This record gives sequence, C-alpha cells and structure tokens, in this order.
Amino acid sequence: MSKELICRLNGISKIFPGVRALDNVSFDIYSGEVHAVVGENGAGKSTLMNILSGVYPAEEGTVEFEGREVHFKEPKEAQEAGIAMIHQELSLAQHMTAAENVYIGRMPKKGIMIDRAKMYKDTQDFLDELGIDYISPKAIVKNLSVSEQQLLEIVKAMSFRSKMLIMDEPTASLTEGEIKFLLKIVDNLRKNGVAILYISHKLEEIMEIADKITVLRDGKHIDTREKKDMDEQTMINLMVGREFDQSAHREFMSDYETRKPILEVEHLSDARGRVKDVSFKLYEGEVLGLTGLVGAGRSELLETIFGAHMKTAGTIKLDGKEVKIKNTEDAINHGMALIPEGRKIQGLFLKMSVEDNMTMVYLKRLKSTLGLLNKNKVKGIADEYVDKLNVKTPSLQQCVNNLSGGNQQKTIVARWLMNGPKILFMDEPTHGIDIGAKSEIYHIIDDLAKEGVSVVLLSSEMPEVLSLCDRIMVMHHGELRGVLGHDEADQVKIMSYTLDSAANDAKESQTA
Amino acid sequence: MSNQTGTELSAKKSGKFGQVMAKPEMTALVALIALCIVMCILRPETFPTPTNVFNIMRQFSLTAILAVGMGLIIITTGIDLSVGSVIAASAAFGTYIARANEGTPGIIVLLLILGFGAGMGLANGLLVSKVGLPPFIATLGTMSIGSGIALLITNGSPISYQPTWISVFGGGYIGPVPISVIVMAAIVVLGFIFANNTMTGRNIYAVGNSAPAAKLSGIKVDRILTLVYVIEGLLAGVCALLLVGQMNSADPSFGKSYEMDVIAAAVIGGISMSGGEGSILGTVVGAALMGVLKNMFVQLAVSGYWQTVILGLIIIGAVAIDSVRKKRATR
Repeated sequence: MSKELICRLNGISKIFPGVRALDNVSFDIYSGEVHAVVGENGAGKSTLMNILSGVYPAEEGTVEFEGREVHFKEPKEAQEAGIAMIHQELSLAQHMTAAENVYIGRMPKKGIMIDRAKMYKDTQDFLDELGIDYISPKAIVKNLSVSEQQLLEIVKAMSFRSKMLIMDEPTASLTEGEIKFLLKIVDNLRKNGVAILYISHKLEEIMEIADKITVLRDGKHIDTREKKDMDEQTMINLMVGREFDQSAHREFMSDYETRKPILEVEHLSDARGRVKDVSFKLYEGEVLGLTGLVGAGRSELLETIFGAHMKTAGTIKLDGKEVKIKNTEDAINHGMALIPEGRKIQGLFLKMSVEDNMTMVYLKRLKSTLGLLNKNKVKGIADEYVDKLNVKTPSLQQCVNNLSGGNQQKTIVARWLMNGPKILFMDEPTHGIDIGAKSEIYHIIDDLAKEGVSVVLLSSEMPEVLSLCDRIMVMHHGELRGVLGHDEADQVKIMSYTLDSAANDAKESQTA
Repeated sequence: MSNQTGTELSAKKSGKFGQVMAKPEMTALVALIALCIVMCILRPETFPTPTNVFNIMRQFSLTAILAVGMGLIIITTGIDLSVGSVIAASAAFGTYIARANEGTPGIIVLLLILGFGAGMGLANGLLVSKVGLPPFIATLGTMSIGSGIALLITNGSPISYQPTWISVFGGGYIGPVPISVIVMAAIVVLGFIFANNTMTGRNIYAVGNSAPAAKLSGIKVDRILTLVYVIEGLLAGVCALLLVGQMNSADPSFGKSYEMDVIAAAVIGGISMSGGEGSILGTVVGAALMGVLKNMFVQLAVSGYWQTVILGLIIIGAVAIDSVRKKRATR
C-alpha cells in the first residue's frame, strides 16, 4: 500500500502552569507506517497524544488531518474523524462482554431493542479481520487477560474505521509472547494502511516495529528519522542530549569511608510484588537519588520502608540496629518523613487550612493537659515555617486548596521539617510546580543535607537527580538495577539502566 | 529566598465578617434567627416564653445529641443509619435486665444501656474499618439487627421500668430547665471541644479529607473510623437512657426513624456529605432549626402532613444554598 501523508503537526505548543509541555513541535505522519515517539518521562509525549486525540487543545499551532485543519473539542470528535487512542490504562467496562465493549454507546438496534445477534457477528468479523479470532465476542472482559483486553481495545478502535491509531506504551504489562503477537497485529494494521503512532520506552521493540522514529525532549521536537538512520545508542543520546547547568550542583559527598550509614535496607520485598529484593544504604547527610521509569516500583520502595505497605521479606536497620516498622506511625517515631507523590491525594488535606495541613504530624508533640491542643503553640510553629519556607498565603487559616502548587508543596515540606526528621523521603517533590518554587525546594534539600539529614530524592527528572544527588539508584521492574556515584553518573548511563534494551540485558547477564 | 513566580493566590479578600459568614453553618444560623424573629412577631404571647423555649429545646435535645456523633461520622465520609434502632435495642436490653433482677441499681442500668449502645457502635465501626463495608450497608444491616433485638427482648410491646434516679435524669427539671437539655448542652460543648481542640478531633477531619494522606501522616485510619461509630453508639445509649427515664419503660419503637432527623440536622447545619468539613456547632443549629420549625407548625396550627413536606424542602434548600455558593467560589 502506498504511503500518503495523513497527519501533519505544525508548530504545536502547550503550556501548563509553570511548564511548557510542548514547544513548537512539527512533524508528519504517513498512512501505512508505524511512527514511534520516544523521550524521557515528561518529554511531552503524552501531552502530544492527548492533543491529537482531542483530550485538550493546543495553545499554538495546528493539526492537519487528511489535508484539513482540525480542532477537536473532545475525544469523540477525534474518534469520528478517524483518530483513535489506546491509553496505557485500559478503559473497558469490566462486567460487559467483548462485543458490548466494542459497541458501547452505539449498539446496533432492532426497533428499540439491542440487536445482539448483529453486534456479536460484527465483532466476530472485526476479530477475524485482525487475526484475533481466539477471543470470543461473548467473553466477559474481566475474564480476559491484560493482553487480550489490549487487543480488544484495538478491535474497538478499528471498528470506528480509524485511520490513525495512537498506542501509549501498549506492551508495558505484557509478556514476551504476548508482545510478539501484539506486534504482529500492529504489523497487520500497517499493511492495511493504518497510521500508527507508537509510544514506548522499549527501544528494542521500537527498532523491531517502527518505520520512523521521532525523539522529543523537554517538549521540543529533536529529530525524526527513518529507522535505518537510527540505532538504540543514538536514540538514547538524542533523548538525554540536553546540556544542563553543571554549575548548579551541590558540594557532593566524597568521604564515604568516614561516614556511617543511617539507614540500611536489606533484601526488601513487598507484598504486591512491586519491590523485589532491594538492598541499599543511606548515609548521614547524603542525598541519594532514586530514579527509573514510572511504575518501576520507586514509590512503593519508599512507602514500604515507611510502613505504608506490607513487606514480605527483608530487614531495615537504623543506625546499625534492626527496627520493626509496622505502620507509618512507627516510621515517624523513628525519625523518618515521607513527602509523597500525588500532592492532592496523598499529601494534602484539601478542605483544611494551611495551619492544619502543616501541623498534622507535629501536633502530637504539642499535646498538653487533657489532650487539648495548645492553639497558640500550633499557630506559632506554623507561622515560623511559613516564614522559613516562604509560603505565600494570605493567612494561616486559608484553605490549602487555594494555594498554588508550589506553595502547597512547601506546606507539605513544612509538615515534615517541623518534625525534625533524620531521614527524609521525597517522592517527585518538584512535580508540577513552577521554577521559582522548584529552586526553593532544591535549596531546602541542600540545607538539610548540610545539617546532616539524609534525603532520598525520588525523581524522574535527570537534571534534578544529577545536580543534587551524591549517589543515584536506578530501579527497574521492582529491582535495583544499579547505584552510580555522582562522578560516574551521566544521563546516558542512567538512561541505559532505566530502559529495556538489548544491550543492557546483555550487560546484566554478564554481571550475573 | 527567591521571588514567587507561581500563580497568584485566588483567595478573595474579605473582612472578618465575610469570613465568618462564609462558613456553611451560617446559612442555618441565619435561618434559625429569622424564624425565631418571625415567630416572636406572629405569636408574641406564646412563642417567646421560657416554657415554650425549653419545651422546644427538650424536643430537639435527642436529635442534637445524636447529631454531634453523626456529624463526626459524616466528616469521615461515613453515615450511620442504625442510631434509631440502637436506641431501641439498648433501652430494651437495660430495662429487661433491670426487670429480671429486681432492685438493680440505677448505675448498673446506666452502664448496661451505654455499654450496649457503644457495643453496637463498635460493631458498626469494625465492619466499616476492618471488614471494609461501605458505611451505608454496614449500618443498614445493624439498623435491622438493632430493631430486631428490641422486638425480641420486649416481645413487641413496651416493658416497664421500676423508677430509680434514672427517671429523674430523663424527665426531671433543674429550675425551669429540663435535665435532657442540660445533657444536650454538655454533650454539644464536649463534642465541639473534642472536634476542634484535640488531636483526635483533628485526625477525624484529616481522615475525612484524605485517608491516604492521613495514613502517610502517621494517623491510624482504622482506629479513627472505628472511634466515630463507637461515639455515636454511646450517644445513642445516652438517648436511650433519657427515654427510659422519661417514660419509665422501654418501647421497641423508641428512636424510630431518628436517623433521618439526625442526618437532616447535620446536613442542614453545614456538614458536607462528601466529608472532611463542617462544624459540630452547625449540627446543633440544624437540630434547633428543625425543632423551632416543628413548634411553629404547632403554634400556627398547620397540618402535620405539611410539616413533613416543608422539612424536606428545607433539607434540599439548605444544601442547595451551600452548593450554589461553592460553585460560585470555584468559578
């Protein structure tokens, strides 16, 4: 089938509060082609896909689809125009049949009744057409495996006669065999002239399936190349090849021999299988980076140590002594603190005041006679930290929901700092906050380390990790892939630990 | 520190008065005051008399006592449908044992009734926190169990209670003030202090705002959830005690459909059903508003059937005013 231009992106930009998620991105997509889009976390891939599939509009630039300029107001319009997106989190109705899911919201009717016979037959036809005949149209979705559900999403997309299919990390949770099959289906679609925009972190897989590869970095379009002009190493270099301000980094620790580990984690595994046999040491006054892909088990590692999840194996030592941490209260009593990811759900008490939010953990120390709170002391300490961390709020009684993201984050930081922690876990502390607040948080981390507080900084942002951390741990599928000293760490090295790549697997088998 | 470059605060500038008026319980308070003024004008001889005022207060005292606990439960995003039947069951339980063992001291009866109420509350709490049932379902179940127990113990008709000092407690007066009103006042004050000035109270709000965030802040979420239901069970026991004292009997129909009045009082008083906010004083204002309204209907000789209709309108109206206000605030 001939390859025709089907979609053209012209200078697409998208601005979120504090970040330019996409900056003047332009490239072309052809029918009958698998076009891979790669980039680090936060490079703008998802934003781009969301614009193409009508989730939100671009601020600048235009999208041309089949020669016409399009402005989708909602995903439904994109779908009708022939662009379908398969999200990473599948969105099928679990208790309905496969066919019902394909035709959800537009089931064929006979009079006022649903024409089930036609619905099942048509679904079967689509399944046959794609070569997925082993799924029954009458199967209940919750009984299907993840890969089967994924395939069903493809069937659903194709039942709209979509001309362009966007796939967001379709193989993230599939097994080897399932991936092979999925890639075969993708190949079939390509032969039928469908354009496929394929997002993946698995470079090996991209080299196998893609015709063209586009690299995004920091919201900018870096390059689009034919596969023959690309290899895995080039891709990694393009993905991370940003220069960042080296002068911004801290005074790194080097005298590890003289310092003692404050936290020793040995062979830790959690009940849900998200953390597998992880061992590491955290030294006094150290900033230890923790990075890896989203879903690599980084947050789960910290939360398990913090007593928020059940551990099934492993020991935790503080100052050389083994401790039992059954719940978060134990962890807090041992001088730990955790600033969680997901500010609005795990961090803030949105309907409560700045003061309440700040003092939630500290209150215990202020308890006086009869268990009554000493409101003056509460107010005093909250006031002190509003000044110390430069939290912009009209008053302590202000509802925390009315603050900006950066000030909300500083409120949470204050909650833990006033407790005087010895060990501070920070999970994506600068996620979604503006540059000013970001640099303030960096200063706080630096100051804490100087005071001897040990910090684990979980972050997906490479420059942040490289400029702040004494050592960097990289996690991958629940395991610790490696620990790099600040002198040996660079973006390319971290990236190669982070990604699934053939080169890396080879390296692993060598070291094993 | 560097300059703030983030989005500016969206907080509206308003004076102290504006801030106070913006509290959700204020709608109900203004309505309550307005209603009282109207009644003073319409019925100057019969409404603003001490007898009538204490009468009204006596009538809404049980609702207000229960609303304190219900408020705490709703703040944790829960609900308790079983309050009414817990009253019936604990009253029947205590009275039955007192009757079977003649000469049982009042204090034992008191402990039996309060203990039974707290026990039922504990069952609710554990079902919600440990078993993980939705509060609506858990308490729907115990509601039925409670009234079943009351019917079984009493065999379907009231059983009498040999008067002790408990009778004074339920039906007595100190000067012109009914003792039940004093009990209500004490519980409301304690409840208010508990919610606002203790760490446990603060933790209840925290759990209602976000259970995951509360957990990560070292709060034992299960314990807090259990506690609020135990408190409500205990308060139901207090109401059972007052009713037994007042009637010198235990009637299986005690507390029937109280849960609706109590939930209505909490909601009218500005406790949000989505949890995490609201004031305990608001619940009392809600109960008072409903009490004054009922009195008004009697004084103006409006048909009792209308009362039911109007009460429904008030519940909807009170919450509607609040949601409209919130919608405007977020715009």
